[in-house]
Amino acid sequence: MEKMKITDSLKKYTMIIALVLVVAFFYWSTEGKILYAQNINNLISQNAYVFVLATGMLLCILTGGNIDLSVGSVVCFVGGIGALIMDKKMSPWLAVIVMLIVGLLVGMFQGFWIAYIKVPPFIATLAGMYAFRGLSNVVLQGYAVSVSDTTFLNVFGGGADCYVPNFFGGETLNITCLAAGILITAFYILLTIRNRIRKKTKGYATQPFAGELIKTVLISAAIVWLFYKLSNYKGIPSALIWIALVLLVYAYITSKTTIGRYLYAVGGNEKATRLSGVNTKKVYFFAYANMGLLAGLAGILTIARAASAQPTYGQGYEMDAIAACFIGGASAYGGVGSVVGMVVGATLMGVINQGMSIMGIEANYQKVVKGIVLLVAIIFDVMSKKEKK
Amino acid sequence: MAKVLLEMKNITKTFPGVKALDNVNLKVEEGEIHALVGENGAGKSTLMNVLSGIYPYGTYEGDIVYNGEICKFNKIKDSEEKGIVIIHQELALVPEMSIGENMFLGNEQGKKNAIDWDKTYAEADKYLKMVGLAESSKVLVKEIGTGKQQLVEIAKALAKQAKLLILDEPTSSLNETDSRALLDLMLEFKKQGMTMIIITHKLNEVAYVADKITVVRDGSTIETLDKHTTEISEDRIIQGMVGRELTNRFPKREGVKIGDINMEVDNWTVYHPLYPERKVVDNVSINVRKGEVVGIYGLMGAGRTELAMSIFGQSYGTGITGTLKLNGKEITLKTPKDAIKNKLAYVTEDRKGNGLVLSNPIKINTTLANLDSISNHKVIDKDKEYQVAEEYRQKLRTKCPSVEQNVGNLSGGNQQKVLLAKWMFTEPDVLILDEPTRGIDVGAKYEIYCIINDLVAAGKSVIMISSELPEVLGMSDRIYIMNAAKIVGELQAEDASQEIIMANILKSGKGE
Repeated sequence: MEKMKITDSLKKYTMIIALVLVVAFFYWSTEGKILYAQNINNLISQNAYVFVLATGMLLCILTGGNIDLSVGSVVCFVGGIGALIMDKKMSPWLAVIVMLIVGLLVGMFQGFWIAYIKVPPFIATLAGMYAFRGLSNVVLQGYAVSVSDTTFLNVFGGGADCYVPNFFGGETLNITCLAAGILITAFYILLTIRNRIRKKTKGYATQPFAGELIKTVLISAAIVWLFYKLSNYKGIPSALIWIALVLLVYAYITSKTTIGRYLYAVGGNEKATRLSGVNTKKVYFFAYANMGLLAGLAGILTIARAASAQPTYGQGYEMDAIAACFIGGASAYGGVGSVVGMVVGATLMGVINQGMSIMGIEANYQKVVKGIVLLVAIIFDVMSKKEKK
Repeated sequence: MAKVLLEMKNITKTFPGVKALDNVNLKVEEGEIHALVGENGAGKSTLMNVLSGIYPYGTYEGDIVYNGEICKFNKIKDSEEKGIVIIHQELALVPEMSIGENMFLGNEQGKKNAIDWDKTYAEADKYLKMVGLAESSKVLVKEIGTGKQQLVEIAKALAKQAKLLILDEPTSSLNETDSRALLDLMLEFKKQGMTMIIITHKLNEVAYVADKITVVRDGSTIETLDKHTTEISEDRIIQGMVGRELTNRFPKREGVKIGDINMEVDNWTVYHPLYPERKVVDNVSINVRKGEVVGIYGLMGAGRTELAMSIFGQSYGTGITGTLKLNGKEITLKTPKDAIKNKLAYVTEDRKGNGLVLSNPIKINTTLANLDSISNHKVIDKDKEYQVAEEYRQKLRTKCPSVEQNVGNLSGGNQQKVLLAKWMFTEPDVLILDEPTRGIDVGAKYEIYCIINDLVAAGKSVIMISSELPEVLGMSDRIYIMNAAKIVGELQAEDASQEIIMANILKSGKGE
């Protein structure tokens, strides 16, 4: 019995353990460079789009292992439109709103075919992948359009100054950043304690005290460490705020709302869910419309980061998002997966990318390694399910 | 005395927790048609699965002696090589492939990497002629009717050089004419020396084709009747099938007052969703009163589930006509959501397929059909959810470590309780329970019956669909008998007996 519990929790945290091991490996092989403040900062800024897209992708995958192949093209298409608006010297905020709306419309368009006409998602979004790639070229007329609006760049994580302003000064250490880290940690700890007390007073089952304590301490330490590192560089990158916002909102949606519940239920057993009085078509529609919206946001982050829009942007982004979800424990059959898992998956991919880049491994070999990591993660998923039977 | 082709000696097969077969003996002589009869779940299919190697040698006890030698089959291929071929109840044909392709699927003609299509179709045509099908083997399976598809299955079996043909409910999806043609074909094969085992519920068919009849009940063989030595009447077979005594397997229901009509369905007709010309429910009228348990008895495929699901927000079928009255008011329910809102609940017979999300915990399953009641502006109150799940766990005595447990890890009986909890939580006035005790053990059955009694005591109405006669007799106030898409009889519980119900079904089967 005890032994089962240990292997169970090992299984639960496998990917986190894998992440720690991978970081340790690169720490050793890059002589510590991987944990330089600047590299951590880059890891976040470079992978912002992965986190955002993978969140949307997770919702689609939950509905039954369905994926959205079009997101890379949509990112490019939306980005092109935004860049052109700003190029015409119109307000960057107008551009942002238009980009989000266009993303949402694209998502609703695809979602309509998938949910109500029952076009298989793979095919509907494959069509979108071609069509929006083509439209990106049409919109940009094949050229690169640069984005120079400094407000836009600062807010969405591009250019040299895309950090939360440092209010308190501090020569080598960004006090604002460190303070924010400590505040967040304190808030997290308070929340955990409050939750535990509430559960106790109402007589619900709680996790074993030691386990929860260890977990809380480790997470707190990780947050403080991250912000300490960032404060050693330029502070909180603005991309991190967008990532955090998206992750928090969607962690809430998936775990606390009825629509989140229905995503899991549809993926777990669509017939049973329909017979429970749930409009399952709406659930599919929601997942894909939402994917479009987040692709719009990813488009914003992408053109800000590159300070330009080009017809080739976003290629392969869909694969990064899909891989992050699956490595993070989402089931290829749907119904299983979490935002936290996806974050671990995306981070793992990001670390591997960056570590190999620092080591100077050729890009083609990097792809090979990424492929192997994905395959191993899925094999693990399938095997652990088999054991249960 | 003809040569004994097959003898199954003292076969015992246990599944975790259940003894599906207990010391079963079956002896089949060469050139005879041997019928295997028994209620659903009596163990007929399990026995045939043992014979065909689906349950490999070593997972059961006892011996299979075929053609004088003890057989140790590890997979279906092994038994087929010896000429033992099963035709399963559900047709196992690929609709998008041609008849010929289907017949030689897994048994391809020619070389492994160069299929000889000319030979395939020539051979296929030969066997099709033997079963009396005029179609070309190049026709796609989806283009021929179910009756002919069944013949293709038989041709497929013949193509495997079958010596012993086992037909599992071969006529369950066929109409009267097609069934008769199939039975005649069996008699024709018998003349040519083929040995056959037929599993069936239809006793008139047994009387028509079988030379010998083995009755299986509760995992044991009760008796073997020989047509040539004893007079076999349908009554005699029924007696063997249901001959157990009814002791205290059902909790008493006392002092429950039966009130006004709660739900009434009139002239209800439903067509098959894929074959819109086929009636699956034919002009059915039923009603249920407050505080009443109404049983609907019928064999599998009689249209019971289809009736229930079409009432429950038209979740099955097309071209549904008829009226539905709840509490005296006529109403149209277009979706399951409408049905739930109007206090109707349908507890499916297929708890794994249509009922539960196995990958989710008990608490999530319990609240799924009524999430709004524990949510505030679409945000789930998780405390409330936990309380609700916990309340029902205690009320129904579901055995589980906690309500956080995944439903997939529970036993059948406990899964059934979670499913019941889910629908009780929608606070329905009328509950339709479809095979509420299928595949669960006796103890859990008793508890489910107690829950049913509690429900009617609280003034709810329960419709219990079941193919277990004792259960229908033991639990119902009133019984409808359904056969071949129609209600063929209605009995008050005190007037009903197993023999009367069976006779009702047989009579209706012959009447057409």
